[in-house]
Amino acid sequence: MSLFSPTAAVSYFFNYFLMKGVLVTIGLTVAAVVGGLILGMGIALLRMSSNPVLAGAARFYIWFFRGTPLLIQLVVIYSGLPQLGIKFSVITCALVGLILNEAAYLAEIVRSGFMAVSAGQREAAWALSLSPWVTFRRVTLPQAFRLMIPPLGNSINSLLKATSLASVISVEELMRRSDMLMQEHFQILEVYAAATAYYLILTSVWDAVQRRLEKHFGRSSAAKTRRVAASAPVAQASVEARA
Amino acid sequence: MSERSMARAEGATVQPQLREVPAVRMEAVYKHYGDFTALNEVDLKVAKGEKIVVCGPSGSGKSTLIRCINHIEKHDEGLIYVNGVELDHQRKNIDAVRRDTGMVFQSFNLFPHMTVLENCTLAPMTANGMSEAEAKDLAMHFLTKVRIPDQAEKFPGQLSGGQQQRVAIARALCMRPKIMLFDEPTSALDPEMVKEVLETMKKLAEEGMTMLCVTHEMGFAREVADRIVFMNEGRVVEQAAPEEFFKHPKSERARTFLDQIIH
Ligand SMILES: Nc1ncnc2c1ncn2[C@@H]1O[C@H](COP(=O)(O)OP(=O)(O)OP(=O)(O)O)[C@@H](O)[C@H]1O
Ligand SMILES: [Mg+2]
Repeated sequence: MSLFSPTAAVSYFFNYFLMKGVLVTIGLTVAAVVGGLILGMGIALLRMSSNPVLAGAARFYIWFFRGTPLLIQLVVIYSGLPQLGIKFSVITCALVGLILNEAAYLAEIVRSGFMAVSAGQREAAWALSLSPWVTFRRVTLPQAFRLMIPPLGNSINSLLKATSLASVISVEELMRRSDMLMQEHFQILEVYAAATAYYLILTSVWDAVQRRLEKHFGRSSAAKTRRVAASAPVAQASVEARA
Repeated sequence: MSERSMARAEGATVQPQLREVPAVRMEAVYKHYGDFTALNEVDLKVAKGEKIVVCGPSGSGKSTLIRCINHIEKHDEGLIYVNGVELDHQRKNIDAVRRDTGMVFQSFNLFPHMTVLENCTLAPMTANGMSEAEAKDLAMHFLTKVRIPDQAEKFPGQLSGGQQQRVAIARALCMRPKIMLFDEPTSALDPEMVKEVLETMKKLAEEGMTMLCVTHEMGFAREVADRIVFMNEGRVVEQAAPEEFFKHPKSERARTFLDQIIH
């Protein structure tokens, strides 16, 4: 037996079983981003509200989900909750865990994006008699969104890789299916080389998308925006390691 | 024009008054930040067409005063009337007052993600329901007036400070305000750009606009102001015609302030 068989690695790369795992990984990521953004925006709104109870609840949520490993969250949802009589399918467990976790990170990104838009922008909008909705939709949101893109991109990148933790609760995504192939054929390096290649492709594609987004939304007043972005307290949340 | 008068007729409570209604009337206005009193029993009356320059040491409440007039800052006590509409924290009255006033900030506060033209057309289109074509015509009219029609398609970040501030003036004028509020409009500018902004403001003054302007440009004050309002520690300490104020300041505080600022 050779040390490493490139042809075997290539054949794993084109293995139909593994490819379906890649689709599950993509599906988990997309669903967690969409769900996480919706929930995260809600939490960010609560966190910014002047009601101390609501703001406190949101702060607790963020503190809790960012302060505990995603792995524990998944395991508790999968094996812990049934003890209380709450039972979901495997894939639902994974989605609930990923969305709850991602929402905490995204809430901080959304919030810091809005905080970084200067008060002067809102004041100018009021002075011009713009309605609250127009002020939000045309003045605050586009500027906040532009500041959110880089940390949002980072967060999605790490989420993409964090979906591999769902393998622990037996979701058959890319990591889990690699494990299964490996146990069947014992070609450890070959199987994981294929899996690694897929993760690299996925993160690289996302990087390219992110760069396009940044370019598209950063088209105006580039110099000025960069200064604003550099000084903005945009969340480092997403850069922190997970798992 | 017609829209504004309609808005007034529908909603705002207009003070019935026989004499000429002053543009701004403040009576015993107080503003507190926690324990700190930023405005302390301020009385001020500004007639239509009058040009007021507000000056005073840093922290004396000049910005607070001017920002209370369009309710960007809420006053805590006292009465404020703008063109006869009482600013009583009711939405419809705040709206009516904001439609009558335009504001220019020290830091311009242009919308950085919109072109100069979009900055100028946003409010007329969304708040006044103007068509895009009408709003563009209007914007180009005022951009021409501040002498930068050729920059309409650029973004604010691509303009000099002086140009940005002139855009901010044009943007405010597009809502056809009756009163213009300026809060240190030239303080953030390099010296060579101060003049172009002051010239624009002078032109506005000559056309009869009612103006309240916080500024340390004493040359401008001398030339344009009908009255100087001097503030200290949240109070209006002195009000006088520029001649009078510069030659014979009544209070000790104004004398030391003038000594510092003139040199
Ligand atoms: N949001 C705020 N919270 C607390 N204190 C404030 C706030 N805004 C203003 N102040 C205080 O109120 C006082 C008056 O402020 P204001 O901005 O009106 O002064 P100013 O005369 O415009 O000064 P400057 O020349 O520095 O602009 C200052 O002492 C300031 O610290
Ligand atoms: Mg000030």
